[in-house]
Amino acid sequence: MTPTHASSTPGLWSRLQEKSIEQLHIRLESIVVLLGLITLMAILSPYFFSVSNFMNILLATSTIGVLAIAATFVLSSGGLDLSLGSVLGLSGVVGATFAVNLGMPTPVAVLATIGAGALAGLVNGFVITRGFVPAFIVTLGMLGIARGLALVISDGRVIYGLPEWMVFLGQGRPFGVPMPVIIFIVVAIIMHIVLAYTRYGRHTLSIGDNENAARTAGINVEFHRLTLYTLSGGLAGLAGLLFATRINSGDPTAGITYELTAITAAIIGGTNLFGGRGSILGTMIGALIMGVLQNGLNLLAVQSYYQQMAIGGVLVLAVFIDQYQQRQETKV
Amino acid sequence: MSLLSLTGIKKSFGAVSVLHGVDLNVDAGEVVGLIGDNGAGKSTLMKIVTGIYQADEGSITLNDESVLDLTPGARRARGIEMIYQDLALAKQQDVASNIFLGREPVRNILGVKIVDRGRMKQEAQVMIDRLGAKLPSITRPVGSFSGGQQQSVAIARALTFDPKIVIMDEPTAALAVREVQSVLDLIRQLKSQGISVILISHRLNDVLSVTDRIVVLRQGTAAANLKTSDTSMSEIVSAIVGGGDVAEAAAHEARG
Repeated sequence: MTPTHASSTPGLWSRLQEKSIEQLHIRLESIVVLLGLITLMAILSPYFFSVSNFMNILLATSTIGVLAIAATFVLSSGGLDLSLGSVLGLSGVVGATFAVNLGMPTPVAVLATIGAGALAGLVNGFVITRGFVPAFIVTLGMLGIARGLALVISDGRVIYGLPEWMVFLGQGRPFGVPMPVIIFIVVAIIMHIVLAYTRYGRHTLSIGDNENAARTAGINVEFHRLTLYTLSGGLAGLAGLLFATRINSGDPTAGITYELTAITAAIIGGTNLFGGRGSILGTMIGALIMGVLQNGLNLLAVQSYYQQMAIGGVLVLAVFIDQYQQRQETKV
Repeated sequence: MSLLSLTGIKKSFGAVSVLHGVDLNVDAGEVVGLIGDNGAGKSTLMKIVTGIYQADEGSITLNDESVLDLTPGARRARGIEMIYQDLALAKQQDVASNIFLGREPVRNILGVKIVDRGRMKQEAQVMIDRLGAKLPSITRPVGSFSGGQQQSVAIARALTFDPKIVIMDEPTAALAVREVQSVLDLIRQLKSQGISVILISHRLNDVLSVTDRIVVLRQGTAAANLKTSDTSMSEIVSAIVGGGDVAEAAAHEARG
């Protein structure tokens, strides 16, 4: 098989692949892996293939999925946000404090939850773009700071007893569909449109692809980055809201290592670790792969320690495959 | 009246002074060669024109209007385009995305401004065809193209929005012989349409064959301003290196 032959008569697979990337912004491999994983789990466990279990998977995926959207935006701009899990925890505690300790009405508490995340993201973005500190360091620092702040605010204790309407956001089931799943899907659709079809999204990818090209094209790269980290923090805040309202409490230890799963989901979904490529639909497939994997391993009664190993392994494997493909594609 | 006029441009980076008061005028439809040794300040001067760098002192006017306070995007909108030596392409994006980078046309759908992909693809194809460039597909990432094809995309981007002046930084340095000729032809074509060109190049033969005037930068000042039809290779080389015995160097350049 010679490369010239392959390029002159593209096979069915590569034609489908091109269409899929052009129209849906999804790489076909990720869909194949998801379907393969579902088939495998359905064979291995008699409890897997049911509507209620699929709802469970979606519910479990919703929090991680929202974080993975944040990770997709930041990664595809050539950045990195390691503070997602900690900001999730901080936001949940801030929301619970507003609602329970301060007795604020639900809308205020909800805004405070998301706002706390956005503020943490704004701080990240400010230090990265104005202080010229690498994103890796800044968000690693925020990982520690946000977690510590969550423990300080809550005095290290879980804050129980959210008001009824907040709990509805996490536990309500209009038409039998859990609220977090509805919120997750709506946010995913909106953010997919933003990344794939708006100037903001196209500029995000361009900055990650070639920062210099974006700058010479007149894009304000620093300000754009600042908004991206703020958006990332805000989405982590939303994830914190979903998490806290689902367990009806603000837990300062919520979301530990969630950034690992979120970044893994984004990369499995086709986001380039070094920027320039990413799509929310792809990330959704990636998040579902992680969700199905965890759910299936649970049903098969695999210890959670092994599950952590599986997530770490999948992350490395996904980047390996991506890098391998890029080497193949650029080979002359 | 000059289209583009630079007066007394000074620029230093920290303690290093790069430009000490450069004047440069370009008329409409004029092709000006900007030459000089490495470190003479050519690229710095051009980045000041496009707004990537800010001048410490001096003025820049386009059609007698100052552009000093404008952002790079706003200067592009006024008609100052630059093709960078590294082409400044987003390699993972397709041709249309690169051509319209930062100026994507939008459609209003339910109050949301959606990038008009169809129009972008269509206009990109028209521009590529007009340049006579052969690209495998305009929906492929430009990183998969050859050097000459990538250059075509960069040129197409500079010409899509009716520029008044196009600055080209070493456009022929990395090209095959045939591709060099097509770039030089393109410069002549732009001139015939009344578009000004500033050509930065080390290939003096290219500069001599296509320009109307040659400005030589040496150590941060405009050391010479020569009419191409009245000058010679040895005069140019002498201006670049700053006098002395230049016969051998000039002969070498003349041989090409």
